[in-house]
Amino acid sequence: MTIRTESRAVDAFAYWLLRYRRVWRGTIVISVANPVLFLTAMGAGLGTLVDHHDSAYLHGHSYLAFLAPGLLAAAMMQTAYLESAGPVHTSARPGGNYRAALATPLTPADLLSGHLAFVAFRVATSGLAFAIVASAFGAVPPQRVPGVWLAAVLTGLAFAAPVAAWAVGVQRQSVLTAGFRFVLMPMYMFAGTFFSAEQLPTWLHAIVVCTPLYQGVELSRTLGLGTADLLGTVGHAAYLGSLIALGIIWGRRRYAAELTA
Amino acid sequence: MPELRLVTATVAGSASMVSARGLGKAYPGRKGGAPFVAVDGVDFDVAAGESFGFLGPNGAGKSSTMRMIGCVSPPTAGSLTVLGLDASSNGPRIRSRMGSVPQDDNLDSELTVRENLLIYGRYFRLPKMVVHERAEQLLDFARLADKADDRVHALSGGMRRRLTIARSLINQPEILLLDEPTTGLDPQARHLLWERLFQLKRDGVTLILTTHYMDEAEQLCDRLVIMDRGRVVAEGSPHVLIKEHATREVLELRFDPGTQLDSVDRLSVIGDRVEVLPDRLLCYTDDGEAALVAATQAGLRPMTSLVRRAGLEDVFLRLTGRSLIE
Repeated sequence: MTIRTESRAVDAFAYWLLRYRRVWRGTIVISVANPVLFLTAMGAGLGTLVDHHDSAYLHGHSYLAFLAPGLLAAAMMQTAYLESAGPVHTSARPGGNYRAALATPLTPADLLSGHLAFVAFRVATSGLAFAIVASAFGAVPPQRVPGVWLAAVLTGLAFAAPVAAWAVGVQRQSVLTAGFRFVLMPMYMFAGTFFSAEQLPTWLHAIVVCTPLYQGVELSRTLGLGTADLLGTVGHAAYLGSLIALGIIWGRRRYAAELTA
Repeated sequence: MPELRLVTATVAGSASMVSARGLGKAYPGRKGGAPFVAVDGVDFDVAAGESFGFLGPNGAGKSSTMRMIGCVSPPTAGSLTVLGLDASSNGPRIRSRMGSVPQDDNLDSELTVRENLLIYGRYFRLPKMVVHERAEQLLDFARLADKADDRVHALSGGMRRRLTIARSLINQPEILLLDEPTTGLDPQARHLLWERLFQLKRDGVTLILTTHYMDEAEQLCDRLVIMDRGRVVAEGSPHVLIKEHATREVLELRFDPGTQLDSVDRLSVIGDRVEVLPDRLLCYTDDGEAALVAATQAGLRPMTSLVRRAGLEDVFLRLTGRSLIE
């Protein structure tokens, strides 16, 4: 039995902030430039074409308003993956910063919590930048920005926690790349980000609705379009919240097993 | 600038800083195979202020033992007490009073030299002002003050090692663990590191180190255990171990590989004992020069000959039948 001591997750979080100090300007530019380019090309450009044909799947909304909240959720999924998969893997390898920190009073659980707190910070800041840009494009009314933003942060964390738990034991970087290509990208393309999942064949639709990105996109989109109902919102949020909780529980076990063998 | 002070507190109510009884570490076998026993029931005690070493070849179980003392790997057998606390259940408390220099360099190459020290101080919850003050002192101690704002990847191997040692001292540890502290360094860098470690020892820090360099063990250790295949095969001061398990001098005769066996019988009657290596014969004797004369008179014609003082390498060879560097 290990005698409990106070959590030092805040110190692990401080480490990631110290590293981030070097690159924060670049990430802010990317956080603003990305949604500007995407919403210009996909929302305004492609959206004009889509709106011209007046698709029934849009239920009377503009394509830009339909796309932006979903795109925000999908972008946060990618940000969360990039901030948790590679960095966790590298940190846990021999010579990584987790190994250095474990020679101090920090525990594996502190490292997990501190790292996830940093991913939450990154998702929250880049998500906020995206939401503000989307609002400036007229895609999300200003009063709905907080709800859309919270939904996106929840989506990002629903990926970050399980991905961190998985990545801490992955032996090769190429496995993480394969995860991005063969799991995240198909989800990005088919989980309702760019078009309504209702358009999919029944069997594929049944699979898609089980994915966390679909849940995040739906939560974000319904809050952005003002079509959210209580049951649906609670359901989507509970799904994503459960994934975060399970990811943290799994992560604490995996971190302890991998880092203190 | 205030002088660097290294705490040398002893543990109240405890005779030793580290005490292991029947300590063991087994790793699960791959794909359901038999577990791999890295450390197999070792006993040892380390006193306050002592410089204690684990000597042995690669795979002897030294690093696994160090990881257990450092409370980053739980023992799977026996008991381990560090600083008077059970190592299995007091990891964070023990680590807060300990410094660690791992075998693998784990400095953060994304940060500067100074930042590596500052973030470590943060991990120990030291007040900001104290951390900054100690960081400056340690940069001087490690002779890295002029590199303070450089990124770590710009440092040489010796500088990185000194920075790792400086980082491990940020919390003024009572015990400093050093796992193969000079492996891979050039002679000049090694001697500089030894000098820094001597300074720590003089300041009363308890040093626990592993090495497979016998000269390093002889230089740095008051007492050591020799490990082989997870077990302790001998314990004592370098001087006592050499005295007990080797003669005063060793005559080394080098032959064409394979031909040395022809001379074993004739050399055996000259020295106390003969060890056969792939290209050499080692003749253990108290008078190497006299043995060389006798060997020449007996008609031995080695390619080269050398008389040297016996060392820990010879002790290890005697105890295990194998060389330290294999």
